[in-house]
Amino acid sequence: MKILVCISSVPDTTSKISFTDGDTKLNKAGVTYIIGPYDDYALARAVELKEQSGATITVLNVGGADAEPQIRKALAIGADDAIRVDVEPTDSYFVAEQIAAVAKNGNYDLILMGRETSDYNSGVVHGIVGEMLGISSFSPVMQLDINGNEASITREIEGGKEKLTASLPLVLGCQEPIAEWKIPNMRGIMTARTKPLKVIPAAGSALTITEKYSLPAPKGACKMIPAEEAEKLIELLKTEAKVL
Amino acid sequence: MILIFTEIADGAIKKSSLEAIYYGSKVAEMMDTTVTALAIGNADAAELEKAGNFGATNILHANDTKLTSPNSMAYASVLAETVKNTGAKVIITAKSSFADAVIARAAGALKAAVVGNVTELPNMSNGFQVKVSIFTGKAFADVKVNGDVKILAIKKNAVAPIENNNSAAVENISPSLYENLFSAKVTETIKATGMISLPEADLVVSGGRGMKGPENWQPLLDLADALGAATACSKPVSDLDWRPHHEHVGQTGVKVSPNLYIACGISGAIQHLAGVNSSKVLVVINKDPEAPFFKAADYGIVGDVFEILPKLTKAILANK
Ligand SMILES: Cc1cc2nc3c(=O)[nH]c(=O)nc-3n(C[C@H](O)[C@H](O)[C@H](O)COP(=O)(O)OP(=O)(O)OC[C@H]3O[C@@H](n4cnc5c(N)ncnc54)[C@H](O)[C@@H]3O)c2cc1C
Repeated sequence: MKILVCISSVPDTTSKISFTDGDTKLNKAGVTYIIGPYDDYALARAVELKEQSGATITVLNVGGADAEPQIRKALAIGADDAIRVDVEPTDSYFVAEQIAAVAKNGNYDLILMGRETSDYNSGVVHGIVGEMLGISSFSPVMQLDINGNEASITREIEGGKEKLTASLPLVLGCQEPIAEWKIPNMRGIMTARTKPLKVIPAAGSALTITEKYSLPAPKGACKMIPAEEAEKLIELLKTEAKVL
Repeated sequence: MILIFTEIADGAIKKSSLEAIYYGSKVAEMMDTTVTALAIGNADAAELEKAGNFGATNILHANDTKLTSPNSMAYASVLAETVKNTGAKVIITAKSSFADAVIARAAGALKAAVVGNVTELPNMSNGFQVKVSIFTGKAFADVKVNGDVKILAIKKNAVAPIENNNSAAVENISPSLYENLFSAKVTETIKATGMISLPEADLVVSGGRGMKGPENWQPLLDLADALGAATACSKPVSDLDWRPHHEHVGQTGVKVSPNLYIACGISGAIQHLAGVNSSKVLVVINKDPEAPFFKAADYGIVGDVFEILPKLTKAILANK
């Protein structure tokens, strides 16, 4: 089985977000980058499938050279080789186009990625890729098992979940609890250094452009209500906040 | 023409989709055009006509029995075909994980620009620009949407709908339903019934690890019941299986923007805040006065959640 795992490189979830250059660029100073948390679940499940029944895993990132530590981490966790499409991932359609171009020549049985990135949270890349390749796509996937050419999938739906079976090849947007995040071990880190990482140019152009960033207005002070008078909260929610 | 992809639940257009129709009607005013709503699946005609009250002039209804249960691939194919048939250039939907799966495939078929988490009406003074929420609510981006066909997924409360008395004409359509769209077999659907939908809810009561265990949830459920609120939880709570996974809110869970979010025994980690920070009013109940959540809250009570919850429920029931 051949698995393609697409990873994004995003600011750590605890990062304080700020902007520079007249609010036109993300301020990267002091920001640690990580593999997108949802992509990390997809990668972890791919590695489990490889351990269970054998597979080769290619990890794909659409991004600049500064994403390479995250790609090396994915290799250390268990991917066999890597491809980086050398362009800033600025637009969902554009990113999907790069992934589909790689996938077209790769004969992958499974294309896994996170349900969404944790920067723009759009949650559409998997579906666009599926449509471009003319194969089925499902998201958000909470459970995945492979039996021969068949995938058993549990997908989250509003207020519950749905189990389904579908034939490979498939594109899946993954989320917990599909697998537990994996931490690379020493041997993984050592071998990752020499695993192949191919850098290829992008094709096409973005359909959207971010022109300016802004931060939410700061919150006012929190109004404290003594525990002995807790019921006063209800009155305030009615008359002051007007939400009840 | 502006096309709205609506979602149907229990035979009626979902509230979030009515909001999307209203949003579309405001965009239509700017562009001097009209709004058509696309409804897929089983729905009552009287319910569909409500789209008119929110600004749609037409409703296209695809009601083939094959479309009764939501299938993102088939719905996407119907959406893309409808866009081609109507020549719509702007497609709008309310953000949800199902709608995301649908618009994604449609975008692939239409070579459309897609933007998610739109928080305001577009600015058309220089092209087509929208404000979107990014980093799960930690910041905003003004995004210029090029591309001949544009698809927007709007966040709850992007507009405050005002109803009118207009009606909309319902027209049945028979889209092409290719066999390969139905190749996946659904073997089981597990769905809580009679629950208030969390992503759609105006009021949410949420519990964290401070609730100490699943057996202690009753006072929280009682408060939610008295308020008519949906229930939610923090990630460790769903990881521990104290509550079902679809209740998990935060950076890696459901993102909510209700009018009121009451956090009970939740510390307010940055990843949790990311999913709730666009709520209009945040109430925090925590026994630790240093809990980070108080910094993000509008109202706070320092105390034991098990003492405070019943008091709040009593106050609401007394006022009813
Ligand atoms: C990549 C990543 C993604 C994450 N995504 C999410 C996410 O999407 N959502 C999420 O929620 N978390 C997420 N987390 C986890 C997050 O960092 C926190 O660990 C989590 O939110 C803490 O949950 P909690 O507040 O319920 O528990 P705790 O942090 O343990 O807090 C419990 C709180 O309850 C209070 N308490 C205890 N007893 C009582 C009582 N009797 N009465 C009143 N108060 C009481 C305590 O003072 C404490 O503040 C993520 C973490 C990572 C690394």
